[in-house]
Amino acid sequence: MSSARSITASVNPPRAVYLDYPLGHTAGHPNDLAEQRHIMIDTLRALETIQVPGTIVPLRYRWSDDDSWKETAMRPRKNSMGGSESRDDRITRHAEPQYQLDDDRLAADPGCPTCIFPEG
Amino acid sequence: MTTESGSSEPVDYIERTRSQYDALGYPPYTWVHNTESPPFTPLSKPLDRARVGLICSGGIYARGQIAFHFKDDTSYRKIAMRTPRHELRVTHFAYDLEDARRDPAVVFPARTLTGLADAGAIGSVADYAYTFMGGIYSSRKVREVLAPRLVAECIRDEVDVVIMVPV
Repeated sequence: MSSARSITASVNPPRAVYLDYPLGHTAGHPNDLAEQRHIMIDTLRALETIQVPGTIVPLRYRWSDDDSWKETAMRPRKNSMGGSESRDDRITRHAEPQYQLDDDRLAADPGCPTCIFPEG
Repeated sequence: MTTESGSSEPVDYIERTRSQYDALGYPPYTWVHNTESPPFTPLSKPLDRARVGLICSGGIYARGQIAFHFKDDTSYRKIAMRTPRHELRVTHFAYDLEDARRDPAVVFPARTLTGLADAGAIGSVADYAYTFMGGIYSSRKVREVLAPRLVAECIRDEVDVVIMVPV
């Protein structure tokens, strides 16, 4: 499943489906269980229909009535003064675990058997 | 900008990343670019008899597990496919997490797959899904360290197909 057609085409996996949604929604809209189910059924069906290695099947869903989200997706932002200075809007990379909730840090098992850290 | 289907052209994230890196004064990002024909294994059985696995790169972990850090983190988590939604968490440095935190199924469709298995649309789901934090700069580490481990897990789980969900 992919929402970044150009990147998937470059990686060239054996088979893929492409959903034209903003990054972070590869499997559908939040809490729309019916849509998520349809998207997954279409994805599974592509496993049966794709015969040529490298095929990317576009899925026929639309994120919203207009495509304005595409204008701002991963574009350097203007600063608050309206100038052209851009900034990196990604979060800093940390070397410590980044918990969604502080409570998760306390709940985390330091010897967690399902957390695998491969060597290399 | 309009195609035959009536929808506009896909966002070219490679071009946008290039512009973003230029604007920040970073050296150009080097995308993985595979030109050879990819290996292709046909589906070995009908979907309603197939065992389906899941691998997601959106930084999903379950409460009780160690969260991902963001500095070329090549670790992965093994998460029970039927983990209740309120125990799932999402952390990642490079995409808007708001909707994924509201409903993790948008980047971790385990609930969708188990629903299809329960309805008989697919044979079964694997007991576990695998997750990692996709922002790993070293494609060599992904290829030589992480990917072989995930492949080994999937073989051990005896899945027929794996759904892969990048972000």
